[in-house]
Amino acid sequence: MDVYLPIANLSVNGLLIIALGGLTGILSGLFGVGGGFLTTPLMIFYGIPPTVAAASAATQVTGASVSGVFAHRKRGGVDYRMGGVMVVGGMIGSGLGALLFRFLASVGQIDTVINILYVLLLGTIGGLMMREAWASIRQSQKGVPPPARKRRHHPLISALPMRWRFYKSGLYISPLAPLILGVLVGTLTMLMGVGGGFILVPAMLYILGMSAGVVVGTSLFQILFVTITTTMMHALTTQAVDIVLAALLLLGSVSGAQIGTRMAVKFKPDLLRLALAAIVLLVALRMLYGLGVRPDEIYSVAQL
Amino acid sequence: MIRSLFLMIAAVLVLAALAAGPVRSQERDPILVPAVSQQEVQVRQGFTGTELLLFGAILDPRGSRAADGYDIVVVLKGPAEPIRVREKERVGGIWINSESTAFRSAPTYFAVASSRPIGEIVDERTAAIYELGLEFIQLSPGGTIDPEEQARFTSGLVDLRQRQGLYKQDMNGVTIEEGVLYKARISLPSNVLTGQYTAETFAITDGRVIASAVAEVEVRKVGFERFVEVFSQSQSLLYGLLAVCLSVFMGWLAGRLFALV
Repeated sequence: MDVYLPIANLSVNGLLIIALGGLTGILSGLFGVGGGFLTTPLMIFYGIPPTVAAASAATQVTGASVSGVFAHRKRGGVDYRMGGVMVVGGMIGSGLGALLFRFLASVGQIDTVINILYVLLLGTIGGLMMREAWASIRQSQKGVPPPARKRRHHPLISALPMRWRFYKSGLYISPLAPLILGVLVGTLTMLMGVGGGFILVPAMLYILGMSAGVVVGTSLFQILFVTITTTMMHALTTQAVDIVLAALLLLGSVSGAQIGTRMAVKFKPDLLRLALAAIVLLVALRMLYGLGVRPDEIYSVAQL
Repeated sequence: MIRSLFLMIAAVLVLAALAAGPVRSQERDPILVPAVSQQEVQVRQGFTGTELLLFGAILDPRGSRAADGYDIVVVLKGPAEPIRVREKERVGGIWINSESTAFRSAPTYFAVASSRPIGEIVDERTAAIYELGLEFIQLSPGGTIDPEEQARFTSGLVDLRQRQGLYKQDMNGVTIEEGVLYKARISLPSNVLTGQYTAETFAITDGRVIASAVAEVEVRKVGFERFVEVFSQSQSLLYGLLAVCLSVFMGWLAGRLFALV
C-alpha cells in the first residue's frame, strides 16, 4: 500500500509504517516507555528526512501516552503537582531544544549530535537497567527475597533551596529538581523526537526518589504535555510535522499500546526489564557502530 | 494509449508542417517540434512516481522528411534551489560533517537521454555549453574557488542524487524512427520536488547543435496533498493543534475500543 507523505515529499509503504508504529506501541504498553527511541532512527533509516521523522514521532508519542495517562489517573497514579512542575520545565526545555536544533542544523552537526546523544543516553541507561534486572533475577532464582531498596533521593537534591511538599510522591524537596529534570527531557524530546520516558522513569526513581506507584503515571503525564508542546514547536518553527505520517504511526501505536498493556500482565516484571534493557542496548550499539564505520553517504545536502 | 499517442504525433506533424511553411526559404536547419506526454504531473495520494514520454519530430524544411545523421539529446530539468553540500570526515574515530560548499542553483532533478553516447555526438566544450550530461550540470558554486575541491563536491552531489534517482543519464534513451520521429522515456521518482520542469531537446549533427526546442511540464501537488502542504505553512498554529488533537483523539479512541474487547 503506497502512501504519499505530503510534507516528507515521498511515498512510503503505509503498512510498513503502521507496523513500525505497532511495534513501538507494543513496547510502550509493555515497558511504559514511549518508544520514540526506536521509531525515529528506524524512520530515518527508511529514508524519511530526519527533521520530519523527529517531529512526527513526537506527535505519535502523544497518542501512545494518552491512554496510559487515563489508565493511571483512574487508580490515582499521577502526582499532578510533581507532573505540573516537570511539564513547565519540559516546555522551557523544548524551547531551548528548538534553538539548539536550529543552531546545530545551521552548522551541519545536528545528525552527529543526535547520534552521540543516543549512544550515550541509551548506552548508560540500558547498561544500568541490564545490571539491575540481572541482579534481581539472580536473587529470585536463589530464593532469597530481594533486599528492600532504601528509597532516598540524591544528596545533591537536598542541597537545593526552597522546598515543596509533594504528597503523592512522598517527597519534601525543592521544585527546582523536577524542573531541571523537565528541562533536560524537554530538550531531548525536541532534539531526538523521543518522549524521554526511558530517562524520566529511572531519574524519578533513583535521583528524585519518588514512590514507585506514581512514577510511571507521572512520567506519562509529563511526556503527554511535553510532546504536545514539541509538536506545536515543530509545527511553528520547522514545519516538519507530517500529519499523514503521524496518522499512520498512530494507527499502529495506539492499538499496539493496548496489546502491549495486556501482554505486560503475563510476564514477570524482571524479565520485561531485562528485555527492555537488551533492546535499548542494541539500539545504542547500532548507533555507535554507525558513528565509527565509514557511512554509506559521505556527502549530504542541505537546502539553504 | 499507444494508438492515441500515434494520432497525437501525426497531428503534431501536420501542424508542424504547416508552421514550418513560411520559414522554408530562410532557414536550412531542421525544425524540432517537441511534445511531452503530460503537460502536468499531479502528485496526489498514492503517487509513486511517473514516467514521462518526451517525443516529437525533426522536420527538414527542404523536404517532407529529415535526412539521416541527426542525433537527439533530451534534457529534463527540475526547479533549481540553493543548497549546501557537506562532506563527512573521520575525526577522532567518528564520522562527522567537516567541509562544505554552497551551490547557488542546483537543479533538484536532472535527466539526460541521448540517442548515442554524448561523447560520440559532441565535444566537451559544446556539451558543457548546453549542459549535455551529468558532469556538465551548471551549479553556480559560491564561496570556494578551488576547482579541485569544487569538482569533488560536485561529483559527490551528482553521485548522491543519482542513487536517489534524481539525477540520471541514459546514453541510449532516445530512439529515432525513420529520421523523423524521436522519443525518450524518462521516469520521475516519487521524491521529486514540485515546480516547473523544462524539457529541452537538441538536434545535433556533426558536433553542432542545429536546432533546439523547449517544452514545459508542471509537477504539482493536488487535492489533499496540496491542502496539507499549504495548510501546514500558512496556518502553522492551527495545523499543529490539529495534529495534537488527532493524536489525543486516536489514543483515547483506542483505549475506549479496546476496553470493549
